[in-house]
Amino acid sequence: MRERLLSLKDEALQELEQVQSAAELNELRIKYLGKKGPLTEIMRGMGGLSAEERPVIGQVANEVRGAIEAAVQARQDAFDRAETERRLQQEKIDVTLPGRVSKQGGIHPLYRIVQKMEDIFLGMGYKVAEGPEMEQDYYNFEALNLPKNHPARDMQDSFYVTEDILMRTHTSPVQVRTMEAMKGEVPVKIICPGRVYRRDNDDATHSHVFTQVEGLVVGPNIRFSDLKGTLLQFAKEMFGPQTQIRMRPSFFPFTEPSAEVDVTCASCGGDGCRICKHTGWIEILGSGMVHPRVLQMAGYDPNEVSGFAFGIGVERIAMKKYGIDDIRHFYVNDLRFLRQFAKY
Amino acid sequence: MKVSYQWLSEYVDLTGYTAQDLAELLTRGGIEVDVVESRNKGIQQVVVGFVTEREKHPDADKLNVCKVDVGSDEQLQIVCGAPNVDAGQKVPVATVGARLPDGLKIKRAKLRGVESQGMICSAKELGMNDRLLPKEIQEGILVLPAAAEIGTDILDVLSLNDEVLELDLTPNRSDCLSMLGVAYEIATLLGREVKLPHVQEGLRESGTAASEKVQIAISAPEQCSHYAARVIDGVAIAPSPLWMQNRLMAAGIRPINNVVDITNYVMLEYGQPLHAFDADRMAGDRIDVRHAYEGERFVTLDDVERELHSHMLLITDGEKGVALAGVMGGANSEVTGTTARIVLESAKFDGGTVRKTSRELGLRSESSLRFEKEVDPARVIQALDRAASLMCQYAGGTAAKGISEHRVKEAHPLAVTVTLDKINRYLGTSLSVDQVGDILTKLRFPYQEKQSSFTVEVPTRRGDITLDVDIIEEVARLYGYDEIPTTWIEGEITPGALTASQRIRRSLRELLSSSGLLEASNYSFVQPDQIRELPGLYPQVKPVALAMPMSEERSVMRTSLLPQLVEMAVYNRNRNVEDMAVFEFGRIFLTEQEQLSELPREREMLAVLMTGNREPLHWNGKPAKTDFYDIKGVADQIVRYLGLETHIRCEELQVEGFHPGRTAGMYMTDATSHTLVGIIGQLHPELQKEKDLAETYVLELEIDALYEHVPAEIAYHALPRFPAVSRDIAVVVDESVTAGVLMDTVRASSGDLLESLSVFDIYQGEHLGAGKKSVALSLVFRHAERTLQDEEITAQYEQIVDALASTHGAELRK
Ligand SMILES: [Zn+2]
Repeated sequence: MRERLLSLKDEALQELEQVQSAAELNELRIKYLGKKGPLTEIMRGMGGLSAEERPVIGQVANEVRGAIEAAVQARQDAFDRAETERRLQQEKIDVTLPGRVSKQGGIHPLYRIVQKMEDIFLGMGYKVAEGPEMEQDYYNFEALNLPKNHPARDMQDSFYVTEDILMRTHTSPVQVRTMEAMKGEVPVKIICPGRVYRRDNDDATHSHVFTQVEGLVVGPNIRFSDLKGTLLQFAKEMFGPQTQIRMRPSFFPFTEPSAEVDVTCASCGGDGCRICKHTGWIEILGSGMVHPRVLQMAGYDPNEVSGFAFGIGVERIAMKKYGIDDIRHFYVNDLRFLRQFAKY
Repeated sequence: MKVSYQWLSEYVDLTGYTAQDLAELLTRGGIEVDVVESRNKGIQQVVVGFVTEREKHPDADKLNVCKVDVGSDEQLQIVCGAPNVDAGQKVPVATVGARLPDGLKIKRAKLRGVESQGMICSAKELGMNDRLLPKEIQEGILVLPAAAEIGTDILDVLSLNDEVLELDLTPNRSDCLSMLGVAYEIATLLGREVKLPHVQEGLRESGTAASEKVQIAISAPEQCSHYAARVIDGVAIAPSPLWMQNRLMAAGIRPINNVVDITNYVMLEYGQPLHAFDADRMAGDRIDVRHAYEGERFVTLDDVERELHSHMLLITDGEKGVALAGVMGGANSEVTGTTARIVLESAKFDGGTVRKTSRELGLRSESSLRFEKEVDPARVIQALDRAASLMCQYAGGTAAKGISEHRVKEAHPLAVTVTLDKINRYLGTSLSVDQVGDILTKLRFPYQEKQSSFTVEVPTRRGDITLDVDIIEEVARLYGYDEIPTTWIEGEITPGALTASQRIRRSLRELLSSSGLLEASNYSFVQPDQIRELPGLYPQVKPVALAMPMSEERSVMRTSLLPQLVEMAVYNRNRNVEDMAVFEFGRIFLTEQEQLSELPREREMLAVLMTGNREPLHWNGKPAKTDFYDIKGVADQIVRYLGLETHIRCEELQVEGFHPGRTAGMYMTDATSHTLVGIIGQLHPELQKEKDLAETYVLELEIDALYEHVPAEIAYHALPRFPAVSRDIAVVVDESVTAGVLMDTVRASSGDLLESLSVFDIYQGEHLGAGKKSVALSLVFRHAERTLQDEEITAQYEQIVDALASTHGAELRK
C-alpha cells in the first residue's frame, strides 16, 4: 500500500509538471484529490489494515496528499502570476501623450506690475486711492501749480472735452482730491494707480493711453531724504535687492526740489549695455517734494507740513522687465501676446 | 538748445573738460544733455583752394576741368561736375589722400580721360546740415568767402573742430536758452569765472538821438513792460562773417544776411529775441504797442495773412501793424537786400500773451519760445546794445545816439529768505552755514546771512526762483542729490490696506484668470458707430466726445466695453486664433448732457467674451464649442463667489446687437428696486456675420453696482446633524415656460424645509406633444433639528406639484 501511495505521488507530480493551463490543472486536481480520486480510494481501503500499520500508512497518505496539494497550489500560483502579467501587459498605454489640461487664463501684464507695486507700498503702510479718469482742469493742472497758459503745460499735451474738462494726464488729481478730502489731516500716505491720457501718436514707445502709479506722502516732517529712502526700498523690492538708485535734479511744476530717478540696469547690473544705452542706469520715475503752492491749494499749511510725491510709468517698467519692445502690445490684445503672461 | 563747445569757451574757461565731461556735469546738475555731436563728421585733409581756371571738359558736357591753387608748389587739376563752380572762387578741396564723412577716400582718378587730382566739395559732402544753407549752395559746391586763406584746413575755416551739446531743457530753466545762461551754469558747476561780452564794443553813434527818430508808446502795459529801440543808419546788407555763420549753424539756425544773423546771434547769446524793421518801410517816427483789433488782418513775413484777436499784441508804426509782438515780424517791414536803415527792437513781452498768440496761430518761433518762458528784463538793453554794436562792425551801420524806450515798470531782483534749519529739515541733511554760503556764491546769488538765515537776492536771469524751496533746490542740486542721506519716514505707523472694492476687483481677477480667461486691456476711445452697433447697458446715454480727437476711430469715450472686445476678437481671428476666452475691467463714461457742464459718471465694468472651443484641443476627444451656458456659467460663478445669489436675477432681455432669443439681463433686485446691471448673451448672428466671427458670447457686468451688496464676511452655517431627503419632480410644460420661473414657483410654494433646488434634465420629444418640454427638478429637504417624516415631505411635494400645475399648467411626467 505504501508503494502504491508513493507511486501515486510520483505519477501525480509528474503529470502536474506537464500541465499547460489552469483548466488542465483543475482537471488534475479533481483527478487526484477529488472525492472519486485514487487517494480517497486508498484511504477508504485503510480499514483493512492492522492497528500497527494504520497510523504509519495514514501518515504516508497524508504526506502524499500534502505534496500533491502543494504542487497543485504552486502550479496555480504560477498560472495566476502569468495571468496578471498578461493583463497588465494588455493595459499598457503611451505615457508620453499629453495630459488633459484645462485652458489657462492670466492677468494682463500691466496689472501684474500694478499689483506688485501696490503690494510693495501696502507693505510700507500706504493706501490705494482712485479717482476719475476724466477730470476738471482745476484738479489736473491748476491745483498742481500749472495755471492756464503756463509753459509747463506743454510737457503734457492733453485731450480736452470742453474748455474745463479733459482726460487726466497723470493720476496727480487723485492726490489733490485725497488731500482735499483729508481736510488738513495728516499723515497722508497713498498711491494712485490708474489710466492716464496724453496726446501722442501711437508708436513703439508712445501711447495715447498709459498707466501710472503715483505716490504721495504728507506729514509734519517729511524730508527729501525720506523720499530717497522710500524709492530705494521700492526699487530693491521691485527689481531685486542689488538695485541702487540715482537721483538727478529735474523739474515738475508740482514738486520742488524735483528729481528724475534712475535704477541700476538689470540686464548689465550697472556695467553698461545696449538696453541702458551704456550708462548702467535706467530712468524709471519722476519725484520730488510737494510744491508749497500745491499743499496750500489742497488745504495744508506748508509751514506746518511737507510732503513728497512720485510717479511711475507702468508700461515702461513692464517693457524693461519682460523685454517687450513695443508699447502697443499692451492695448492690441493679441492673444498670443497675452497668453505669455498666463503664468504664476 | 544747441550749445557749441567752442562758442561756450569764449565765456568760461573750459580747460580740462571735454564736451562729454560737460554733458555729464550738466546732466547730473539737472540740465539733461540729449546728445553731444561732433561737427566734424570725419573730414581729413580738406583745404581752402582757389579756382584759377575753369574749362569745359572736352568729352563731357556737364563736367568742368579746373585749375586749383591749394597753396602747394603746383596747381591741381580737378574735374568737377557742379554747375556753380567758377574761376575766382574759394572752395573746399579734398586733395589726394583726403577723407570725407561717408568714409570716402580721395584718390587720383581719370574722369572721361582727364586726370583729376582731388575733389571740390559741396556742403553736404562735408557732412554739413544743408537744411541750414541757401538753396543755390545746397545744389552745388560750397563757395567760401574771398577772405578765406588758401591752403587753410577747412575744419578751421568752417569751425568744424567743434562739438555741440544738445540740451533738453525743462520749462523752468529757460535761462539756458542763451549761451550766457549756459555759461553761468557751467561756471557754477566748475567754480570758474564768467567772461561777459562788452556790449558797446564797436558801437558807433552819431547824429540825432534815437528817441527823436522814433517815439515809443505802450498802450497795453500789462502785456509789454518794456520796449526799447535803436535806429541804425547806413547799413549794407551782405553775408555775415563766416565765424558768425558757423556759430549760427552750430546752433541749428540758418544764416540769412548780416542784419538778420546779428539779431539771431544776440538772441542765442543773451536769450533776448530782437527784431529788425526796415525803417524806410515804416510809416513814420513812432512805434505803438497795442492790442490787435478783433478780426484785424496782418500778413506775417512768411507771407501768410492771419486773422488776429483782441488779446494779441501788435507792434504798429502808428498806422499799420508791423510785427506780431514776440512771435513774428510783418512782411510789410521786413529787411530786404536793399534795406539801408534799421529800427532794432528789444522788448519784454508777457509770456502768456505770446504763448497764447503763437499757439492760436500755429506760429512757433525761436523768438516766441523764449518770450513764452519770460525773458530776463535786465537783458533788454544789453542785448539791444550788443546787436547795435555788431551791426556797426559787420553791417556797416551807424547808430543814432542812445536808445528810445518806454518802460512801464522797473524789474528788481527778488529777495528770498530761507533758514539753514529749513534747508536741513527739508532735505534731511546737516549742512553748515558755510556750505550753503559757498553754494550761493558759486551760483553768483548775492546774499546776506544773519543767525543762520539767508536773504538771497535772486538775479533776474533766474526768474524761476521765487520761493524758499526754490533756493533749497539750488542748494540740493549743487550739494549733490547723491550726498543726501536715505532715511525712513518718522512718525506714526500707518496700516496699509485696500478698500473693499479694490479687494473684490483683485479677487475677481484671480478668479477669472484661474478659470481660464485671459485679461485684455483696450483703449478708452472708440468711434460712434461702434457704440450704435453694440450699445450695451446704456443705449440712451450720449457718448462724451473729445474736442479735438486724433482720429474718427478714437473720437468718443466708450459707454460699453463690448465693442472693443468684439474688435479684439476680429483682430485675433484674422490671425487664426479662433478659441478665445477673455475678460476686461475698465471704466465707461456716462452722461445725458449734450455739452458737458459737469464730469460724466464713470462706472467700472467687467466684460467677458468667449468663442470657439470650450477647452484646448486634446488627442483624446473632440472639444465642444462654447455656448450660452459657458458665459452664463461665468456670470453665475461671479454671483456665487461674491455671495450675491439672493440679489441678482436673470431674465430674458432684448438688446441691440444681441441674439433676440439668447440674451439675458442680470438684475439687481430687492423689495423696492429692479435694476439692470448686466447683459449675458450671444452676439446677433447678423453682427457675427458682418464681423466674420463664429458664435460669440459676451457678458458685461456693471461691477460698480455690486460692490456695496457684497457681504463683508463669510457667514458660517453649522454642518447638518440630521439626514436630508431628496425628491425629484419631472413636469411637462409649454416650451415658453422658463426654468427660472418654474424654480421661482417651487421656492415660493415650499417652506423652510427646501434646502436646495436644481434642474437636472430638460427633455423635448414627440411623445410629449408639440410645443411641450419636460423639466426635471431635484429637490433636497432637510430640517435642522430633527429627522423629517415621510408624510411631511409628501405634503410639501404635493403642495409644489399643485402650485406648478396651477401657475404654469404643469403636468407630472409619467
Ligand atoms: Zn545695461
